[in-house]
Amino acid sequence: MKPPARPNVRSVDVALNDSLLTALTAVVGSDRLLTAADDLIPYSFDGTAAIRVRPGAVVFPLTTDEVAACVRAAAEAGVPIVTRGSGTGLSGGSVAAPEALVLCLARMNRILEVDAENLTMRAQAGAVTMKIDEAAARHGLLYPPDPGSMRISTIGGNVAENSGGLRGLKYGVTRDYVMALEVVLADGRITRFGSACVKDVAGYSLKDLFVGSEGTLGIITEVLIKLVPKPAARRTMLALFDTMESAASAVSAIIAAKIIPCTLEFLDRTTASCVEDYAKVGLPTDCEAVLLMETDGHPAAVADEAERMAAIAAAQGAREVRTAKDDAEATNLASARRNAFSALARRRPTTILEDVTVPRNRLAEMVTFIAETAARHHLQVGTFGHMGDGNLHPTFLTDERDEAEMARVHHALDEIVTKTLEVGGTITGEHGVGLAKKPWLRQQMGDHSYELMREVKRALDPKGLLNPGKIFD
Amino acid sequence: MANVTLKTIDYAILQQCMHCGMCLPTCPTYDETTHERNSPRGRIALMRAIADGDLEVNRTFADEMSYCLGCLACETACPAGVQYGKLFETARADIERSGINDNLSRDFWRTLTLKILFQRPSLLRAAGAGLRVYQRTGLESLVRRLGLTRLLPPSLRRVEPQSPPIAPKFSNALIRPTEVPTGTPRFRVALLTGCVQDLVFSDINRDTADALLANGCVVETPPVQPCCGSLHAHNGETKLAEALARRMIDLFPPAKYDAIISNAGGCGSHLRHYGPLLADDPAYRERAQAWDRKLRDVHEWLVQIGARAPTASPFESPVSLTYHESCHLVHGQKITKQPRQLLRMIPGVTLTELPEASWCCGSAGVYTITQPEQATKLQERKTANIIATKASCVATANPGCHLQVLRGLDAAGAKIEVAHPVSLLARAYRRETK
Repeated sequence: MKPPARPNVRSVDVALNDSLLTALTAVVGSDRLLTAADDLIPYSFDGTAAIRVRPGAVVFPLTTDEVAACVRAAAEAGVPIVTRGSGTGLSGGSVAAPEALVLCLARMNRILEVDAENLTMRAQAGAVTMKIDEAAARHGLLYPPDPGSMRISTIGGNVAENSGGLRGLKYGVTRDYVMALEVVLADGRITRFGSACVKDVAGYSLKDLFVGSEGTLGIITEVLIKLVPKPAARRTMLALFDTMESAASAVSAIIAAKIIPCTLEFLDRTTASCVEDYAKVGLPTDCEAVLLMETDGHPAAVADEAERMAAIAAAQGAREVRTAKDDAEATNLASARRNAFSALARRRPTTILEDVTVPRNRLAEMVTFIAETAARHHLQVGTFGHMGDGNLHPTFLTDERDEAEMARVHHALDEIVTKTLEVGGTITGEHGVGLAKKPWLRQQMGDHSYELMREVKRALDPKGLLNPGKIFD
Repeated sequence: MANVTLKTIDYAILQQCMHCGMCLPTCPTYDETTHERNSPRGRIALMRAIADGDLEVNRTFADEMSYCLGCLACETACPAGVQYGKLFETARADIERSGINDNLSRDFWRTLTLKILFQRPSLLRAAGAGLRVYQRTGLESLVRRLGLTRLLPPSLRRVEPQSPPIAPKFSNALIRPTEVPTGTPRFRVALLTGCVQDLVFSDINRDTADALLANGCVVETPPVQPCCGSLHAHNGETKLAEALARRMIDLFPPAKYDAIISNAGGCGSHLRHYGPLLADDPAYRERAQAWDRKLRDVHEWLVQIGARAPTASPFESPVSLTYHESCHLVHGQKITKQPRQLLRMIPGVTLTELPEASWCCGSAGVYTITQPEQATKLQERKTANIIATKASCVATANPGCHLQVLRGLDAAGAKIEVAHPVSLLARAYRRETK
């Protein structure tokens, strides 16, 4: 059985006009320009489920100047531009627009400089997140944001979506590490925002405008990021709970005890069994909730915090608290957790992922609400997330071919979002709005701030050519 | 199974890929080009487009599926459990059926190899013996020196220097049909001698028998064995692969053995899946499932039965060793700890991890012939990694990898021995009595 007609898929019968293709060929040569259907189909999606749109062409620039030249050519032809790195986004932010030109920056992947004196790194936008962390590690430094897709995601994509990760609780998100950006504007001008200074209050902080702008305001081509000293020690623990609520209260209690661990990750039973199925790292599959807890820093502080966290977890009803025996086991647990979303796809053909985030004292309530909502709509859900951040990823396990079930999924999502906003939460903690969260943005922002965002967009991209249809219409 | 096409395959298998991109960093061809079409999820997107009727099986698709190594690194990396191997073989079978690749010279070589030589073991050995005469009489070097290879058609010219050195004796001359261990037998096993392994590395088959005997196994090795059909399934000839599977099951009734042993990663990966291959054949279905349960990679089996550590070293002086993983052993069969466990057991040997140990060496079946340029790039990458370990011996457990690594080291002028892990083990057992 094939899925029903997909309204958001459009095949392109007319290629981009010849004069634009000629102009692009003049910039990058024909071997870095794709126009055939066989080449474009694999660029019709990112990491987001059930959204596919075929672009008109894909181009692979290698330098900022080439990016600027491509942008000028597309702007002149009035063709929309969608920027893309490795295409691992989870909100559809890098899915092509119909007949758009996709600027794929994955080949602009050079790490340009590690400045171990100033604790900074300069890299092209297409540099892979993990390579950045590895380069930092060679200097005894750490680049903390570690999104699930870090093995292949690009730093430019991370900045554009303001990605989070497992260490967000203590270290924050991508925004907290961006010191300066090089950006190509909608008209092809090359601009730089920010500086290598730890303190810099000259003018508006425009770099912050571009962090999380999802390719709608400009094209990030180079980044200067902040690094931190690599912590001397870390300890990773697993706490096993018989109810999701007790896991959530353990998280709230740890935060209330004024401990800031680097990681407090949560997996429900469904998620834990899928991850264990794939990664075989010894995750328990017979308890309702698992907390992955990690503290890092000075060895003495780590020992003290680990002990207190274990005690708090036990006091909140943890059946058992296990400690990873060595660094390798700790790393394996964290990597296994990073694959949680994809591992859930083992159960059903389609996985619809949410990214709701609530104030941390409302976590237990939210977790219960998600479970009830799924049950009410007769849906299978796997929930995991960065519990320490209040960031949950309820993931509906469904089948896009089943229209009735998909309708129930959308109802359930709507209820979860409404509840999230009621308790003062946000529709997206780290994946961005893109296409997937667009319907709820106005509800969260309110009319005035929503309109103000559109005014900003119009000011920077008057022709509306940069990643059109993302964030808002 | 034989009639499954991309259009008729269970659509859920295609949907299983939720295109998260976790496969991208493990794919050698994507790593080379950074081009989505050359990635696992890109290829699956093309397959899905074919299933949806949005794309035809065309020249580009055929080229793309030929460019794919079929190394299955993506299967190991895939959190969602996508069965890429199944999709890959279905796609290649679709391409064969479409006739896109047909041309006279390809047809001739395909018929000669897949339909004649790799169907008839005696004929394959006769061809092997002929090749050995050509290699050994000096005819080969004369032909090459005189530049006579230029007279060959281009397809053969490319293959000629790649013809492997044929062993002086094949497995049937080295291993008796039944061999019994000294002491009380603990197990009865069948030994599969393979095709390339038999022609080129018959000594590895002898070593395998010795290692099994040293651990209390009665070893049965029929002198003439059909090809297991791995090459056929991998190259889109599903019907031939099924016929060969039936012949294998007839020759080795699974109920007779405690285990059926394969020592070649590529063969083993295919041999474990006779059940699904013959699922539609009521006469063979159950025996095929029983076969799958009995099939063991030799390392897996030796570790499972608690192989004893040898007391002697296979080497005169302490040796630093490294291990290259055959793709179809690590990704196809998920056998990764056992070969290392056996190697660590051997006295006088220090095992150094090979960087990118599970990255394809470029051998990949007939890839060196179909995609020589990419095969060479991967070979050079592998060679550099091996040399960087400063090991004096590299162990690997698949004849294709063995040859590819050997040639790579040769071309780099590196004096590093290449050996099957079980050969080192057998050599160590043999030296115990000396």
